[in-house]
Amino acid sequence: MRVDVTNPLWRFRGIRATTWVFFAYLYLPILVLIALSFNENRLATIWSGFSTQWYGVVLDNDDIVRAAGNSLIVASVSTLAATLAATLAALGMAKGRFRGADGISGLIALPLVVPEIVTAVATLLFFILIGFKLGLLTVIVAHTVFCIPFAYLPIRARLEGMDKALGEAAADLYANDWQAFQRVTLPLLWPGILSGGMLAFIISLDDFVITYFVAGAGATTLPVYIFGMIRIGITPEVNAISSLMLIVSILFVTLSFLIGRMRR
Amino acid sequence: MTGSATSKRFLQIAPALAIIGFFMLAPLGLMAYVSILEKGLNGGVVWDLHTSEAYVNFIFERDLDDSLILNTDYLQIFARSFGLSLLTAALALAIGFPTALYMSMQPEGRRNLLIFLVTIPFWTNLLVRNYAWILLLRNGGLVENLLHWLGIAADQPLGLLYTPYAVSIGLTYSYLPFMVLPIYASLEKLDSRLIEAAFDLGADRRRALLRVILPLAAPGIAAGCVLVFVPALGAYVTPELLGGGKSMMIGNLIQSQFGAARNWPFGAALAFALLTIVLLAMMVYLIRFRRAPAGGH
Amino acid sequence: MGDRVGTPAIEARSLSKVFGAGADAVRALDDVSLTIRQNEFFTLLGPSGCGKTTLLRLIGGFEQPSQGDVFLEGQQLTGLPPFKRPINTVFQSYALFPHLTVGQNIAFGLEMLGRPKEKRTARVEQMLALVKLQGYANRKPAQLSGGQQQRVALARALASQPKVLLLDEPLSALDLKLRKEMQIELKRLQTETGITFVFVTHDQEEALTMSDRIAVMDSGKILQIGSPTEIYEHPQRRFVADFIGETNFLEGRITEANGAAVAQLACGHNLTLNGPGQKGSGGGQRVTLAVRPERAEIVPPQGEGLPATVGAVVYMGTDTTYHLTLADGTPFTVRSQNHEGARLDLASGAAVKIRIAPAAIQRLAD
Repeated sequence: MRVDVTNPLWRFRGIRATTWVFFAYLYLPILVLIALSFNENRLATIWSGFSTQWYGVVLDNDDIVRAAGNSLIVASVSTLAATLAATLAALGMAKGRFRGADGISGLIALPLVVPEIVTAVATLLFFILIGFKLGLLTVIVAHTVFCIPFAYLPIRARLEGMDKALGEAAADLYANDWQAFQRVTLPLLWPGILSGGMLAFIISLDDFVITYFVAGAGATTLPVYIFGMIRIGITPEVNAISSLMLIVSILFVTLSFLIGRMRR
Repeated sequence: MTGSATSKRFLQIAPALAIIGFFMLAPLGLMAYVSILEKGLNGGVVWDLHTSEAYVNFIFERDLDDSLILNTDYLQIFARSFGLSLLTAALALAIGFPTALYMSMQPEGRRNLLIFLVTIPFWTNLLVRNYAWILLLRNGGLVENLLHWLGIAADQPLGLLYTPYAVSIGLTYSYLPFMVLPIYASLEKLDSRLIEAAFDLGADRRRALLRVILPLAAPGIAAGCVLVFVPALGAYVTPELLGGGKSMMIGNLIQSQFGAARNWPFGAALAFALLTIVLLAMMVYLIRFRRAPAGGH
Repeated sequence: MGDRVGTPAIEARSLSKVFGAGADAVRALDDVSLTIRQNEFFTLLGPSGCGKTTLLRLIGGFEQPSQGDVFLEGQQLTGLPPFKRPINTVFQSYALFPHLTVGQNIAFGLEMLGRPKEKRTARVEQMLALVKLQGYANRKPAQLSGGQQQRVALARALASQPKVLLLDEPLSALDLKLRKEMQIELKRLQTETGITFVFVTHDQEEALTMSDRIAVMDSGKILQIGSPTEIYEHPQRRFVADFIGETNFLEGRITEANGAAVAQLACGHNLTLNGPGQKGSGGGQRVTLAVRPERAEIVPPQGEGLPATVGAVVYMGTDTTYHLTLADGTPFTVRSQNHEGARLDLASGAAVKIRIAPAAIQRLAD
């Protein structure tokens, strides 16, 4: 819609106020959580002064550091695998339409459609019944699956916005397929790949439900660990680690957004 | 296209398809199969015993003499899940539609910023975001203090947390962006001249909204409702953290079959039923709205 | 304000519209005043960006003026939203509601006015008959051709009998043949309904064919208002002469000779100004004269007139265009009809003279 907001004709009553409510609803809880994480007091509700001590406590906790390490391993490996598979698939799908293309697009998007709890149950049953021992590897495999569509969509979008004549121009200038890909397609596609990879990374880092089902002993990731902490009770440590996770995610997604817009 | 190009394309697409096919499609098939197996004595399944027992369990339980007695516990959980998910979609629509309308009328720069702000929470940890609501809703929490201060509620602990209200607030909070984005997309495409035409023909803002804007945004509204309803129906984290035992939803029931209850076929059957409902909802949406004429030009 | 018939349908008083603010501010309309009479087919003509659509949108109420007022039959409209003005619009893109049928589209305005269902149905039938689309009530707009959509848009806007109908370049999306048909059709509808039409276009031919009066606009201002004949025959400004039809411009200075004004042209020859469109005085003043190509005549070099050299000769079926050059290099075009024996056999480079009847010379204000 293209309208002049300063024109009183377009002032629908209440929509501006509702938008304020909307953003307050969306952001106030996050801000409250982050603010409370700097509360000096052990009792999370009573504010007694600013302190970063709980961040120190959290970073000193070996279990948390180990869980964070697991999260990073899982996110890195599954992001790499998913982004590679997604990039290849996007390149294959971009070469014009063919029969069954809709079906393949649907299959790639499947992890977005199926409720997480269903995926979690199915994956758990699958690993157990084929006799695959639950551990870090099962988590990585499960994460790779649902990371693929998140990596695929931005890469595909980037490819779609790309001028097909560029590849032809490279071929015209005596580049073979591989050279054309390496020198023309890949540099132009790079922001899309990076952006898709980063989104996959955050999604993997943040995932709880599926990980909770398929993680065996010793494969606890950060969200699973936090869940355990929340179960036990509300502590300043939970506030601190939760805030850290939020901040990392927000930084990452902002960065990914900026990269995705690069040279658009 | 030459044969070698076709096979190259196939090789490119194959890894992604293989991963999703082998680790997602096959497990879903296996899950469907497990749902018609006999449960093992101590968890697990008995492979060659086929039974519809898991599905019978939805409504009946077996008495000691093996006769079926009506058991509405699970039906109640299904009903609650549906009720809460519908309520969530309705609340999200009530806040989301005006927001999307406001956003769609902003100048381009501000529009993009607002969309970005709407999407950010999606990329943050759902568990953590729901945890924030524990801080807000619990006795002595911020919401309670605010209500006391405003004089809306009596000066005593309100017990807001661990209620269905807490769950619906949390679910709405979790999936609200999914309502705004598709509605925004359909409003953004809408030709403002159509609204001007309604004004021109004597419709005031309310009637222009009801007779022109809402019908033309219907595909976006429907998409938003599906996108909120579907994950709400399968929610696990929110009812687990904010709901307490009395507000159990399908997701929690499924999880418990793989934990304490150790009834895998029943868990698989529940998950399969959930999947079926979700796919049906998607199909209804696709059939009804995907080919409808889009508004504007 | 006197009797209703004498009251102008629309009156605009010193209307200005500024979009944006600060350094980005654009003055789309600059102190425009204008009166549109009852039952008139009035056209706002100008190039894109001249402010004609802004003026139309101010009359319709879609924008509010930065300064000035709009009156409808003597009543001030300023501040009223479009849904409170008995004025309807035919949009350039038609803006038919895609989710409603043709009949529902036409009945929309009546429904908003609270007319009962039977009356609406009857009126829809009547309007469909008026635009010759009987039997189309149950179709969706997407099932109609461009020309049919155009008719529905007209029927919809006319259904509630507005006092004024605004038309924003309604024919621009149609192909040439259909456009010609619709020009006649629009004129017929205007005569039959007796409603004041305010028509916006950038097509001078369209404006000349249909209008009772035309306002020529440029850069947010009205340059001239008049009947098609006045606008074509007696343009007052260089822009008007240039925008409507083809024109030759001659630059010169005014002197007096034997009591008549004479223009000393840059090419070194003189033209006597005593025709009707040449008022204005001032000895020694610079002046621009406009001469339509079909109003000048080529005569042999021995005759009276401005000496010129023949450039290109272009045969165009009904007439021939001669591209000439005056002594000082000023280009000059003459067009003459190709009736028998009238065609001159002129080679490029030939010397000729151009005879211009005094009545064919229009003195411009700038």
